[in-house]
Order: sequence, then C-alpha cells, then structure tokens
Amino acid sequence: MLDIKDLYVNINKKEILKGLNLNIKPGEVHVLMGINGAGKSTLVKAISSHYDCEVNSGSIQYKEKNLLALNTTQRANEGIFMSFQNPVEIPGINNMYFLKTALNEKRKHLNQEELNAASFLKLIRKKMSLFNLDEKVLKRNLNEGFSGGEKKRNELLQLLILEPDLLLLDEIDSGLDIDAIKIVARGINSLLDGKRSILMITHYDRMCELIKPDFVHILSEGKIIKTGDYSLAVELEKTGFEAFGVQDETH
Amino acid sequence: MKNDMINKVISADYQLGFETIVDSDTFPKGLNEDVIKAISKKKEEPIWLLEYRLKAYKKWLTMSEPSWANLDYDKIDYQEISYFSAPKKAPDSLDEIDPSILKTYEKLGIPLEEQKMLAGIAVDAVFDSVSVKTTFQEELEKLGIIFCSISEAANKHPTLLKKYLSSVVPSGDNYFAALNSAVFTDGSFVYIPKNTRCPMELSTYFRINALNTGQFERTLIIADEGSFVSYNEGCSAPQRDERQLHAAVVELIALKDSQIKYSTIQNWYPGDKNGKGGILNFVTKRGLCQGENSKISWTQVETGSLITWKYPSCILKGDNSVGEFYSVALSSLSQQADTGTKMLHVGKNTKSTIISKGISALQGRNSYRGLVRMGKNATNSKNYSQCDSLLIGSHCSAHTFPYQEVRNSSSTVEHEATTSKISDEQLFFLNQRGINEENAISMIVNGFCKEVLQELPMEFAVEAKELLNISLEGCVG
Repeated sequence: MLDIKDLYVNINKKEILKGLNLNIKPGEVHVLMGINGAGKSTLVKAISSHYDCEVNSGSIQYKEKNLLALNTTQRANEGIFMSFQNPVEIPGINNMYFLKTALNEKRKHLNQEELNAASFLKLIRKKMSLFNLDEKVLKRNLNEGFSGGEKKRNELLQLLILEPDLLLLDEIDSGLDIDAIKIVARGINSLLDGKRSILMITHYDRMCELIKPDFVHILSEGKIIKTGDYSLAVELEKTGFEAFGVQDETH
Repeated sequence: MKNDMINKVISADYQLGFETIVDSDTFPKGLNEDVIKAISKKKEEPIWLLEYRLKAYKKWLTMSEPSWANLDYDKIDYQEISYFSAPKKAPDSLDEIDPSILKTYEKLGIPLEEQKMLAGIAVDAVFDSVSVKTTFQEELEKLGIIFCSISEAANKHPTLLKKYLSSVVPSGDNYFAALNSAVFTDGSFVYIPKNTRCPMELSTYFRINALNTGQFERTLIIADEGSFVSYNEGCSAPQRDERQLHAAVVELIALKDSQIKYSTIQNWYPGDKNGKGGILNFVTKRGLCQGENSKISWTQVETGSLITWKYPSCILKGDNSVGEFYSVALSSLSQQADTGTKMLHVGKNTKSTIISKGISALQGRNSYRGLVRMGKNATNSKNYSQCDSLLIGSHCSAHTFPYQEVRNSSSTVEHEATTSKISDEQLFFLNQRGINEENAISMIVNGFCKEVLQELPMEFAVEAKELLNISLEGCVG
C-alpha cells in the first residue's frame, strides 16, 4: 500500500525527517510513537503534501504510484485521509454540503456516479445512527464554533463517509473523553476490512488497546529507531522513551 | 497561499467575451448639443425631454469629474466616445430580432423564447442603446402594470415620466448623473398601480456591444401605494481591448405601503490582469421611500468592470420606512471597486440595514464607502451596518470608509466590520478532503457571501454563484 524509502523532509528550512523508511501493507495498522519534535506529524503531513513540507529526497510509493507526483487533492481522492489534530473552522460552509461535495469529488475521481441530495442524506443518516452522532452538526457550518470533541467527532464522520484506503490519524483521540474515544475507535475499527491500512499517531495506550496495532514504531530525530508489535507499546507505557535511548530535551 | 496558484485561477478567460456582429447605426464620436438633439430625434422624443437633456448638458459642462473615490484610472476623453448605437431595423416581434442578437442572449443564458415559457420572467433586453424587445408586456398591461423602455414611456406615458424623472436623482446631482441625463439612450420604465403585486420578476439585461459606445441607460421604477415589485438587472459586455464607459442612473420611488426589491448582477468585462480594456462603471442609483411604511431593498453582486463607482442609496422620507442594502463586490485582476450606500433617514421610526461583503483577489482593490445619516426629525430610527472583507492572496487590498451623522438623540447606529483572509490551513483542509483549490475557494467565498446571496431571487442567486466562481477561476490553482 505505502512504501517510504530514505525520506528527508524539511519544515521551514529545518530538516525534520532524516532518512525515514516505512512499509505499510494492505490491512495493517501501524502506530507511531515518539517524543514531541521527533517528526511524527511531519511524516503524516509529508504523505498528504502539506504546504509546510518540503521533500528533499527519498521516495513514497502508494498503490504502485509515485505519490510525490500527486498534489494534495489527488492524493485525497486516491484514498488518503488525514485527520487533523485541530481541524480548522471554515465559516459559511454548511457541514452537510461540505461532506456531500467531498464525497462526490471522490466519486467523480473514481468515475462513479455522483450522489444526489436525497441518497446522500440517507447514507449519512445511516452512518450517524450507527455511531450515535448528533445530526445537528450537519446543519452547522464546518467546524465553526465546534468544541474540541465535536470537531473530532466531525472528523470521524468524514472518515466514515469518505471511506479512505489509508487513514493517517494524527492524535484523533486527543481532547476526547473515554466514551468518545470508544465511539471513535469503534468507527475506525468498522472501516478495517483487511484492505484498509492505518498509520496512527497517539500518546495514549487506550487507543492502542481499542485499535490493536500490528506494528508499533518508535520515532526519534527523524528516523524509526525501533519497531515491534503491540507489546512494544505496552513496554513503552511502563518504561518511558528514555529506556530506548530517546532523550527528551523539552523536559 | 502561493501567488502562482492565485494567478492561475483568477486569470481564466472572460466567459462572455464574444462579439456579435450587428448592423449598427452608430453616431460618430464626440459630444455636443447637436449630438443630443440627434439622440432625441432618433428616439422621437417630446420637446420637453429634449429641453431636459440640454439643460443637463449645460450643467454637466460646468461640473468636473469627482476624484474623491479610492480609484485610479486614466482620464476619460468624453469626445472619444460615440453616444448612440442601435440596430438599424426596429423589430416588431421576436422573429424579427437579428438572430445574432438572440444568440448573444442565449450565450448569456437568457434565451427570450425559453424564458417566456419556462421562467415566467418578463425581460426588457437592452442591446446597446435601444430596447430590443419587451416580453410579457401585454400580460402585465392587463393588471395596469407598465413595463416598457424609457423611450416608449416618453411617448406613451408622458405624464408619469415627466412627474417622476429626476425626482430622486436631480439631473445635476453629480457629474455622471448629469452626463446620463443629457445622453441617456434607453432603459426600463416600470409603474405598478395601487394595491397591485407584480406577479412576476421583472428583468432587464444590459449588454454593451458596439465598440467605443458608452452605455447610458436610465431606469425609473414607481411603486404606487400598497404595491410590490421585484426587479432584476443583469449586465455583461464583450471582451475589448479598449475601455468603455458606462454611466447609468436608476431612480426608484416607493409610495405609501409599497415595496421595491431591486437586484443587480453586474458582470461587465473587467479588463485583463494588467488593467487593459474593461468597463468604467459610474452608476447613480437612488431610491426614495416617499410614503409611510414603504420599503426599498437593493441587492447587488458586482463581479465585473475595471472600475466600479456605485452607491445604491435610500432616502427614508416616509415614517416607518425601511431601506436595505445587500452587496457582494469582487475585485480581482486589476479591478477597483469603490462601492457602498447612503441611508438618509428623514422620517420617524425609519430602519436601515447594510450588509456589505467585499472580496479582493490578485491586484484587486475593494473599498466600502457608506453614509448613514439620522436627520433631526428621524426620531427612534435605527441602522445596522456590517462590512466584511475577504482577502485572497497578498497583493490585493480592502478598505472601509464608513460615515455616520446622527442629528437626534433617540436614534441608534451600529457598525461592525471584519477583515479576514482565506488561510492556507483552510485550503489545505478542503484539499485534503478531495476538494480542489478552485472549488475550495469558491466554497469559502460563497460561504462568505451567503447572507447577501440569499436575498436574491432564486434563479438569480444561482447565476450569481456561477459568476463568482467564473470570476475566481485562476485566482488559485
């Protein structure tokens, strides 16, 4: 699905990723852990072609395509979804209209017929009732005046509607209470069909418990320094990053 | 945001830039008394109207072009303009209209024939200077509604025209109004009789076609007591390298308990990104709420013209009268817009609302200029103004010039203003959800303008959204 080789990425002229390698196969769930500044968010942004990121060298293959040749929109419509730590507010854009536009853009890209308003409404109602999401958010403007939790649930809704192939989840659990985390995890798990893959950044063991990762990577100074299975996350929880030779200079 | 992206979307070609070849009967360039006499003769006008024109012309000669607006443009040479251009043959029915003219309308999305059947909109189409064909006239006549060209009104309804022409905008009101009064060629005349609700949207399409011809249309709408009318005006002009002048005057008169809703979509050719070509648009629009409980609403979507100088205003004379101004003005390319309104509160308990949305992109310059005046006797009156500006890119600018004069102690004036920029993060978010730059910008802009667009009649709102999208193409990409 995703094959990253020797990736070097700058943000604001500063080198953040320094020769990163990562391979994700269809159906796999990968978790990235590491101290602040290790380059976790930068990796996710580089895969999405964020405007801050400058790829200096290395390659990213996605579904046998050269991902670096595609722009943000094309990557999105090819099935890459990035959740935002703090989703931006866009005044005046109706949330439901936004969701419908996003889905239909993807369908157009895949040469599928666009959904009309009625069938879209049916689809979204079904998804929302499955995950106890409040329909009121559909009438509001995109993230405008949303609480942190509402924004994250709205991200989940977008995930459920767009059904991406590769989910890049950057702390989708932050700012959520336990009940909300459960709903989000259930939503994400419902998408795991053995074909979709996840690359997830999280600080919480809770999220790892709910979405069982196949691989856990420790990222330090722009490189993956250790890879293991779920037990690595459990071990990290006990011993902290220092046991793995990671110095947190921010502390 | 990256500027090369911005340049790409905004610099998309002017979509209505095609030329219609019409056998024009065009006056030679230049302005003098003989030209005015010739216009009047051509239109077979009564003598009082010629006198009115000549008086305005004399006044105009003593005036000078206003320079207070936040606009920069080369001096206009009024002797380099032709003041009359008309298709040679006077048509009697749709069948007789030059097929190339009809084609022009089709490209504009207003096939007369189709509109007649489907939309139920009566269209008075002004092609250059002569009203080509007024549809639905007969149906409206049954209700006593007059909807005709102003030239026709000069001969068929002289009493009404004489009574109300220049009753709101005096012929010497300002430089461009004086010029218009001297040389106006055509435009619409509407009269809605007492207690009559006009059963359809009245609509006029203006289009400047012939080269080097100014268009000076004149519109007069009178809503008699207890009546209602919604009037739509759309404008566009073909693409030319030369600049063209447009100086229109619109007067609205609302008598007791009546309401006039006037909507404009202005899409004159904006010139290219270096400011070559484009329409210079100097328009005087003013409405008089003469009677008690009368109401005038102006809604405008201004996406075109190189220069826009326009302040649709309301004089709230009748007690309890209401004035509204809803505006979207987009300045992209090298466009400059200085637009806003005047709300002059004269009567008691009068209310006015101003919602102005200015959008600037590329090298565009957008200014809101508004005056709210609470007169001595306008007790217990209220105004609410909201002026929002949206910037796209980093070479454009937005300006706000609010003026307030309050001459009594029981009235309130409220003014709110915001300026925002489409952020990289907003665009990235929408892109990451599969919505490309162009659509993302148009979504954000449409969201920004929502409060104004919802004031437009439905078909018009759809067109306005399309136009905003077309105008923003190439502004990001």
